[in-house]
Amino acid sequence: MKNPLDSISGTVVAGLVLTLALYLIVKHVLVGA
Amino acid sequence: MDFLPGIARWAHLVAGITWIGLLYYFNLVQMPALKDAGADGTAAGITKHVAPRALFWFRWAAVATWVAGAWLLGKGFVDAFLLRDAYAAIGVGAWLGTIMLFNVWVLIWPNQQKILGMKPASDAEKAIARRVAMLASRTNMMLSIPMIFFMANGLSHRAIVGL
Repeated sequence: MKNPLDSISGTVVAGLVLTLALYLIVKHVLVGA
Repeated sequence: MDFLPGIARWAHLVAGITWIGLLYYFNLVQMPALKDAGADGTAAGITKHVAPRALFWFRWAAVATWVAGAWLLGKGFVDAFLLRDAYAAIGVGAWLGTIMLFNVWVLIWPNQQKILGMKPASDAEKAIARRVAMLASRTNMMLSIPMIFFMANGLSHRAIVGL
């Protein structure tokens, strides 16, 4: 499997996915607890 | 001294723009430019005159951003890093920024010193240093996306995105 960080587009997509994951964790686990 | 948080926020933004602006410059401009410059033998102009200056402002802007951010958090510093209550969102941003600062000083800068010939290194060591520095820089670019999201929406604007 190719490392997404080897391309700019892969880096940006990984950053957006991480943003969504962290947002859901903060909203439903940390703030919602 | 009500104006101090305003000064801290201002300093945090100015330093942060310098830091992340240079991070994006490295990833979007310098890396592809060096690839092309290496092919026509003009890379020395970048590695000798541009990269050391850019790295100087990059690493010290990272420190200034973190210090101004800590100053801005003030009494909420511990709550942010413990991800407590209303500080949870800005705390995630603060953790991401701290990991990025670590990457700058522990992974990017020491390896760039080898790549640019500021520290002695064999060709094999330089090749490893190039890969580590590139991946650390790309990791920081990836982390900057959620970091800026949580900085923008973390404390004063968290209600807008339901945090």
